This record gives sequence, C-alpha cells and structure tokens, in this order.
Amino acid sequence: MTDDTLLRDIDSINPVMPYLRQERIPHIWCPSCGIGTTVNCFTRALTESGMNLDEIAIVSGIGCTGRVAGYMNLDSFHTTHGRAIPFATGLKLANPKLKVVVYSGDGDLTAIGGNHLVHAARRNMDLMVICVNNFTYGMTGGQVAPTTPIGAKQTTMPFGNYEAPFSLPFLADACGATYVARWTVFHVRQLAKAMLEGLRKRGFVFIEALSPCPTLYQRRNKRGDGVDELKFYKENSVVKNGADTKEVGLTFNGPIVVGKFVDRERPTWLDAMNEHFGNVLGAEYSPYGGEGG
Amino acid sequence: MKPTSAERQGKGTVFVRPEICKGCSFCIDFCPTHCLEFTKDFNAKGYHFPILTRPEDCSGCDLCGLYCPDFAIYGERWKDIDARKAKGPAPAPPVAAKPLAAPRAQDPEPADPKGVLTGIHFMDGDHAACEGALAAGCRFVAGYPITPSTEVVERFAARIPMVGGIFIQMEDELASSIAVQGAVWGGQKSLSVTSGPGFSLMMEHIGLAAITETPGVWVDVQRGGPSTGLPTLPGQADMMQAKWGSHGDYEIIAIVPNSPQECFDLMIKAFNLSEIYRCPVMFMMDEVVGHMVERVVIPPASEIKVVPRKWTHKPKDEYRAFATTEDDPVPEMTKAGAGYRIHVTGLTHDERGYPAMNAGAQAKLVRRLVGKIRDNADRLMDVREDGVEGAEVVVVSYGITSRIAMSAVEEARKRGVKVGHLRLVVAWPFPAKRMRELAKTVKVFIMPELNMGQMVLEIERAVAGAARVVSLPHAGGSVHEPETILDAILEAGR
Repeated sequence: MTDDTLLRDIDSINPVMPYLRQERIPHIWCPSCGIGTTVNCFTRALTESGMNLDEIAIVSGIGCTGRVAGYMNLDSFHTTHGRAIPFATGLKLANPKLKVVVYSGDGDLTAIGGNHLVHAARRNMDLMVICVNNFTYGMTGGQVAPTTPIGAKQTTMPFGNYEAPFSLPFLADACGATYVARWTVFHVRQLAKAMLEGLRKRGFVFIEALSPCPTLYQRRNKRGDGVDELKFYKENSVVKNGADTKEVGLTFNGPIVVGKFVDRERPTWLDAMNEHFGNVLGAEYSPYGGEGG
Repeated sequence: MKPTSAERQGKGTVFVRPEICKGCSFCIDFCPTHCLEFTKDFNAKGYHFPILTRPEDCSGCDLCGLYCPDFAIYGERWKDIDARKAKGPAPAPPVAAKPLAAPRAQDPEPADPKGVLTGIHFMDGDHAACEGALAAGCRFVAGYPITPSTEVVERFAARIPMVGGIFIQMEDELASSIAVQGAVWGGQKSLSVTSGPGFSLMMEHIGLAAITETPGVWVDVQRGGPSTGLPTLPGQADMMQAKWGSHGDYEIIAIVPNSPQECFDLMIKAFNLSEIYRCPVMFMMDEVVGHMVERVVIPPASEIKVVPRKWTHKPKDEYRAFATTEDDPVPEMTKAGAGYRIHVTGLTHDERGYPAMNAGAQAKLVRRLVGKIRDNADRLMDVREDGVEGAEVVVVSYGITSRIAMSAVEEARKRGVKVGHLRLVVAWPFPAKRMRELAKTVKVFIMPELNMGQMVLEIERAVAGAARVVSLPHAGGSVHEPETILDAILEAGR
C-alpha cells in the first residue's frame, strides 16, 4: 500500500510521472493492456537520452494508442485517423530542430495511414515512428486489422481471418527505413533501448511493439488476458538481431522473431534537399533549417 | 507489509498507488524475485492491487515500473534513494523556454522583401496566387498535382529555394492538407492547393483546422464536377462544399478572386484573415481565373501589410492554449518547441486543449468556433458594389462570372435599365445583412454562377421573400454568355 510517510521522507516519485499530464491519469486503457507499458519504455528512453524535452514533439493518430500523445507532457498533437505521419512531416520540416515522434497503432499507421508510412519511409523523413501492434482495432471493438494473423477471430472476421497480414518490419525495411526493430511489451528493457537508439538516430525509424489487447484480441481468441499474452511472448520470442526482415512474419501461434533488424545510414529528406539545392543552385541557396533535420 | 525507511530489507523497495491500479498482474508475474502479491483488498474501482509481501527479496530493479501499464507501481534501489536524498530535492522538471522574445502584436507589419517579387508582371492567376502567398510570408506549401491548380505548386517549388522555406509534394491531398497544419504548429505560415477531387479529400482536415484553430489557406482552383468531371474547364460548384464540406459545425472564411491581380492581392488578405481569426481560409479560384494571363502589379514589400501570428508571451504556468477572454474570442498561439508543452487535439477540448467529452465543453467550444466568424460577419464583409443604390435590379456574382456580369450590366444600362452589380469578394460568411438592406429597394436580384444554384440560396435566405431572386445556373465547362445575363436583366427590368 502507499506509504505516504515514506514517499515524503525520500522525496520519491514514479519516474514516469514527470512525463505525463498527471491530471489526466488514470488513463482510458483497459486492465492489462500493454500500451502503458510501452509508454514506460518511451519515458525511460527519454530520460536516458538527456534530450531537452521542450524540443521533442509527439504526434498520434486515432485509436487506443492514438491517446498516447494526450497523456504525454510534451508538445503533443492528436490528429486525424491515419494522418499522424503527414502532420509530423509538416511539423518537422517547419522546425527541423524538433525531434518528432509519431506514436500510434497498427490500424492507424498501416491501414488508413499505410500510404503515408510507405512514403515517409521512402523519403527518409527524420521521424521516429512507434507502432504499437495489438493485431486489432481496439477503440472500435475488435475488427480485423492489416496485422491480424491468419486464423484469428475478429468481429469482421467472425469465422477467422483469411487475409494475409503485413509483416511490418519487412514493409518498413523495403520502403527504406533507416532503423527497424521489433520487440514485445514483455521485452521492456530491449524496447526502451530501441526507443533510445531511435531517438538518437537521424532518419526514418520504425519500432514495432507487440502488445496485448486483452479485451478484444486475447479474449476473442481465447488467449487469456494480458499477462497470459506476455507469457506467450516470453515463451515464443526468438531474439535475432540483424535478421532478414523477409523472415520475421508473424503467425497466430508461431514464434515471434524480435530484435533490431535494420540500422543503416541514408540522407534524410531535408539533408538531400539541402545538398541537392546547394549543388545545383550554388551560392544562391542558403541551407534550410540549420543544424536540425 | 509496508516497507519503511526505518526497516530496510532487501536491496530496494516498491511504491504503489492503489487507486490507479487495474489489477493486470504484470508486476506480480514478471517480478524477477517474486516478492509481490495481490492484496485481498479492493481499490475503489474494484481491482486487487499488489503489495510487497517479501520485502527482503526486493532488489528495487523497477521492472515492475517498466511493466506497469497503469503507472501505478515502481521500484527503486535503496542506494539510489540514499543518493537522491544526499543530493537534496529532485530537480524540477525542465523549465519552459521563454516565450518568443520579439513583442509582436497583431498590428500589420511590412512584408519580408525576400518573398516579394516587386514589379509589373504578365502572369496567370495560379502564379499570381503563389506570389501572393510568398509575399504574405507563406514559407511552407504541401500539395499534390491536380489540374488546373498544379501551376501554383510548380511555381512555389521553383521559387522557394531562393526565398527560404519548404515545398513538399505529398503522396495525396489528405497528406498535404494535414502536413501544412503540422508546419503551422511548427511555426510557419502554410498553404495547400488543389482542385475538384483533391478538395473532397482535404475536407476531413478542414474540420481539423477548424477545431484546432490552425490558421492557413486552402486554395481550390474550381473545375467542373462532380467526381473527375471536367479537369481542364471551369466551374464554381464547390462553393457550398467550401462552407459545409467537413462534418460537424464550424465556420470558415472564403475569398473569391476574379483576376490574376486579385489572386495576388486577395491572397495576402486570406493569410491575414487566417491569422486574425485562426480559421481555415478557402481561396476559391476557378480554372479561368487560374489560367488567364494578365498584368499583375506587385508593390514594394514596404507597402504590403502582413499580419503576424498572435504569439503568446504568457508565462508557462499561465498559458492555456485555447483560453480566450471576453474581449477576444481568438486564443493566443504558440508552437512546438517553445516550451509550453501544448496539447492539440481534434477531439472536443477544454481551454488547456485536453479532451473533454461532454455537452458543456462541446457547447462552449463550438459556439466560439462558429461565433468568432458569424458574429463578425459585418467586419468580414467585402463586397464590391457598382450602382446598387436606387437600382431596381441587382446582379450578384463572384469570381470569373462577375466579369461577364459586369459587361451585361453595362449593356443593360445603355438600354435604360436601373441595374446595379454586387460582387462577392468574401463569399463566406455571406453578407446576409447587406442583402436584407438592399432588398428594401431592390425588386429583383439575379445571380449567375457556374453551378446549378448554390450561392443564390443564400440570397433567398437573406431576403426572405422581400425581393424576387432569379437564379441563372450554368453546369460549368465554359462561362455564361453575356446575353444570357443581359436577357435576364431586361426581363427583370420590364
């Protein structure tokens, strides 16, 4: 139980709290949902990075994970469904000194927002995208998503899903992301480390965090609740850093390949623009955005 | 069992806030030393919550804190606790950067000469609109190619490297219409431009700009519709969409130029109004105005008046991103990176910008979003009148159609009809009050427009039967013949 005497005595505070808009806690997420766990990892990465929090902005789309922006005590933008990445693109280019983090779910980023994900990765826009993948549309009641494994039941696939899902690391890799990792919310320390590396990386960063949706994915598929899913992650995850992303696709009950798959260098969109205009236009051109970008 | 600093056991301890625990058991199941268990007690929400039952085994590793999705538990090592105690109170969270130093009221300032192509030019309306945006201080354009608007972005792409700013061709109009809003919250003045089908795709984000009070200009070079319609030919059939196209209740401002010169001049007005009212401004061109080439005079930068953004200078603890006063219905603005830690959401929100899911918050917000425009309709009114006082017939028109209407009006006057002409420069908010005044003396209003009758409905609504209203619809693809309008005037004047 809370020991107020102790809390006062040692001037202690949950390390996540300074990063949250505390007046908005408790949050709306269900018991044993993993989104809050990813937020812990993100805040630990922020602490470790030593970055000035005034220069970090977070952008979300719509959905359960889309609510993350609203809980973070950062400049935060809760945009429309699927459009977090293009909003973040404008924000980043208008002020390249900002570190812009897109934090959203699999349906938001890869279905309605799939086109933007593909093109931001292609352009190597300097954004860090955290995709919490719970294999379903949680906010609307558990419909099939582009990530739902074959065989899993969802309200719009009541007899089990027969559509082939995306393998998100393969997608991000193929489109040109400079950093691609997948972890689960069981792998809290590894996820936090990946987020730290992502914060320090320039270019398009894509981190997939597998997370239980106990209310709509686990329950409908008789997979227990969140803690059972974390145990499933623990028992079925295989760490393969540097794995070929062609080979990390997920199935309903199969092994989960986790790790850092891609870490490479490519010029960001802004670097490429500045370099190109510098070459073509010469002294007429002064680089845009200073040190950032 | 409660850990206390007096009775230290183990290498560390945990802290629990039972009231926000949802009983998921992540911390209990994944505690590496198995030192946590559920209580038999319930919290106020009916969940069991963890307690430290084997404090001697707690290492203070904080794995519970990392796992806890509800932020209800965390752990700490005694040595870290001691080290912090020795250091004194925890440092305050990073403080805000100071509000931007330059004191900038809303008084207009001269334009930045870098963006102003002073001189006498011969250019089309699309290019003139681009020059107007640059002169108004626009330094970010996101667009997607679509006829007949493409020349606007082509010119911006060619001009912006030397002026200093960004053009990005996005993957679609959904993306471009929200990328510009990201840029506004990053501190820039922004514009997006499209036509027909692209305008439909942008509608979702007009609503976002309205509810988040994001200033910006959206250009629609209107073509024939619906759907792909007539990509290379004119229309004026998006006028109602400009007003009502996104869902929910909101207000926008719409400006309609009728020449390349006005594409330049009124674009500056469009940016200024978007900053003053913090709402989307729709710049409703049409294919003919966009593609006609005429003389365009661009004055020196010192003669162009640009309204700067209404930056806040309030201290961080006082600033509320969407707070307004009785004297001013438009909140002060800031940008990401200024240290205010704003939250901006498309959900209904309170003064802090936090979601507020109730009818009271909805009423307060929507009434203000609507009222700041509607209640200022007189101030926003911009009509160009020619001989309407004492006229029995008044032709009301806008955009390209107004140029044909003017020639018909002149011809009718030669034939002895007391006819006036009223041109809508600001089409939304509609100048209903002025129409009501005129209806006291005018017998017939005639409205030619390149649609099947859209703005004419506003005249009917405004005059409410006090005068006859004649619609001269045209499905688009060309413009009215002057004779069509002349015949209607002569018929009305009989």
